[in-house]
Amino acid sequence: MYRIRFHGRGGQGMKTASRILGTALFLEGYEIQDAPRYGAERRGAPIFAYVRADKKTINERGIITRPDLIIVADDSLIPVPAAGVLAGIVEHTVLLINSDESEQTWQHRLNIRNKIITLPVETEDRAELRFIGATCTGAASRLLGIISLASLEQAIKDELAELGPQIIDKNIHKAKQAYEKVAPNENCVSQGSEITAGKYLPPDWIDLPFEAAHISAPNVWASATSMKVNTGVWRTLRPIIDYERCNKCWWVCSTFCPDSAITVDESGQPHIDYDHCKGCMICVAQCPPHAIETISEQEAAAQDKLKEEETTS
Amino acid sequence: MTRQLLTGNGAAAWGARLAATDYIPAFPITPQTEIIEALANWIDYGEMDTRMVTMESEHSMITAAGAAAATGVRVFSATSSQGLLYAMEMLYTVAGWRAPFVLTNVSRGLAAPITLESDHNDIVAARDSGFLQLHCSTCQEVLDNTLIAFRLAEDKRVRLPVIVNLDGFYLSFTREPVELPEASAAKEYVGEYDPENIQFRASAPVSQAVAVLGGSPYSYFRYETHLAVQNGLTVFNEVADEFAEKFGRQYKTVEAYRMEDAELAFVMMGSFSTKAMEAVDKLRDSGWAIGLCRPRMLRPFPIKQFQEMLSHIKGIAVIDQNISMGMGGVLHTELMAAMYGQPDAPVISSFIGGLGGRDITMEEFFEMANTARNAVEQGQAPSPRLLYSENELREMRKLQSIAKVERDELGQSSGENSGGNTHE
Repeated sequence: MYRIRFHGRGGQGMKTASRILGTALFLEGYEIQDAPRYGAERRGAPIFAYVRADKKTINERGIITRPDLIIVADDSLIPVPAAGVLAGIVEHTVLLINSDESEQTWQHRLNIRNKIITLPVETEDRAELRFIGATCTGAASRLLGIISLASLEQAIKDELAELGPQIIDKNIHKAKQAYEKVAPNENCVSQGSEITAGKYLPPDWIDLPFEAAHISAPNVWASATSMKVNTGVWRTLRPIIDYERCNKCWWVCSTFCPDSAITVDESGQPHIDYDHCKGCMICVAQCPPHAIETISEQEAAAQDKLKEEETTS
Repeated sequence: MTRQLLTGNGAAAWGARLAATDYIPAFPITPQTEIIEALANWIDYGEMDTRMVTMESEHSMITAAGAAAATGVRVFSATSSQGLLYAMEMLYTVAGWRAPFVLTNVSRGLAAPITLESDHNDIVAARDSGFLQLHCSTCQEVLDNTLIAFRLAEDKRVRLPVIVNLDGFYLSFTREPVELPEASAAKEYVGEYDPENIQFRASAPVSQAVAVLGGSPYSYFRYETHLAVQNGLTVFNEVADEFAEKFGRQYKTVEAYRMEDAELAFVMMGSFSTKAMEAVDKLRDSGWAIGLCRPRMLRPFPIKQFQEMLSHIKGIAVIDQNISMGMGGVLHTELMAAMYGQPDAPVISSFIGGLGGRDITMEEFFEMANTARNAVEQGQAPSPRLLYSENELREMRKLQSIAKVERDELGQSSGENSGGNTHE
């Protein structure tokens, strides 16, 4: 059985990517199972999706513990423990990472010897972000070596049917590009061996002790705990206020912000709290003089870096 | 017939569509919402001739479903978890009306704390309501059992609502290949709803009166409902056989997997039971005589079928994805009741696993088989066990210390000196 796991952020199309791969494998005559997994649905939160493919009926369910292929659409997730990108990694696991860093860098950083293939990020134009899923799926198809271009194309058409021919063509183009790019690594993903009942590691079950309610109730008694959570890291897009255009209306953006992440100072100037702005972009849509613009986080980070360099030199 | 990829939610929606449902009262709740979204879409595009009404709560939704069914139209609805519980008062009421319809429940753990993932405490809570219950383990079963459920509900020997249960995430959002029956064949199979004595016409309005009664007539009506639920076993077998003849897929009140010469058996319901099938295959490869016994029906409870299937079995591992506070696994309790006093009754070991969607690993299935075998050797079942590892408790301790540190840092102590960690 092939076991494949996709990691990305809510809004990056990982569910769709897993479905395209699932459909492509189904078209190739495999029995498949694909599913997304997430908690509270929100943009930017780490999510994963998985695909299983086998020549016989699949009875296994749920999370994949020994993946053959891990696909990472957003390399900023790798250091996030909650994302569990490396969970269950075994010797033969191949990693496909959407990243500008090299294979060697990732091997060194993660201290692993697994085969790593990187796809350079193409986010100069933030509109391209929408095609990460297609890119990942195209590359994954070639790495698996069991999906023809025709099946990949058909799968994209099937899964994106509602989005119209233009978007479908663009996705097919992106998928094909990635399919060609990873050609040297064709068929590098292999099916892991199955565990047997004859030899297995027994679970370390324990008996839970009784604990009093002040410990064992699922309640946190404290105020303003949301301030402690840096929800700004969920953001994939950053709103930036152009103070030249801002007419200091004092209330529109700050009122519409669902996270109270915009405050207005005494002079009427709004400030965005980037530690807690989740990048929903409602302020961008609401600002009457269109004084808030959107840039991708990737681009914003590059700008920040540049600024930092300027100040140090 | 064509095979296509469908989620469990998609399969449930197709079931309602292929059964030519007339009326769908709806209220959204994760992970069920996709079902009503799919149906709403089809109605919007004119692919379904059905009236859908979005209600203001599940309580109203079930009331509307029962009321519509009582006018003689075919009704479908869907909910999950807190929604099912919010409707609980009306589950009993509409079953008392003897109003037949089909309700999909997408199982999800109950609050508090909150989870979105699967757990059977919601559906088990509806156990005594008078609804019949069919439990699915694949997306194909969701579709097929929805069609079967309409036949079961509307049969004059039953005339009660039926819940088709599927697990959140593990089925609801999981795509698998599903064979979609031809619309005409499905229509032919489900047939027309014959409401018999119900003669409601909008042009001749009548009111359905439900009297306030003393204990004696009350007992009569309640017991009649019990008998009707019990009839569900016979009726299910009939309509399932007819289904098999038409579509080639056979369903039983209790499903057996590799039970022929088994000495040990897993007993569990829901989608995780396909994992148990995988475990059975692997254990058999290593020389174990083991099988899986999976109740499709929880109500009526197929006592005879269990007794027949498990009479030659030496040891059983019951895995409950639910917990009755202060008692333990519900399926375990019911199976114990069914097997008590049987000659050569098996030794039954109880496990609670998969609460809130927690995974049950292959190694855990192997270990449960091992425990069941040891119990047979010792002639005594061990104490019930929660599937929970040392590592999980370590993770829990980490969460508790974060909570404690935050509390201390924010100067908002709960008033307890020991804080969040007993191991300090």
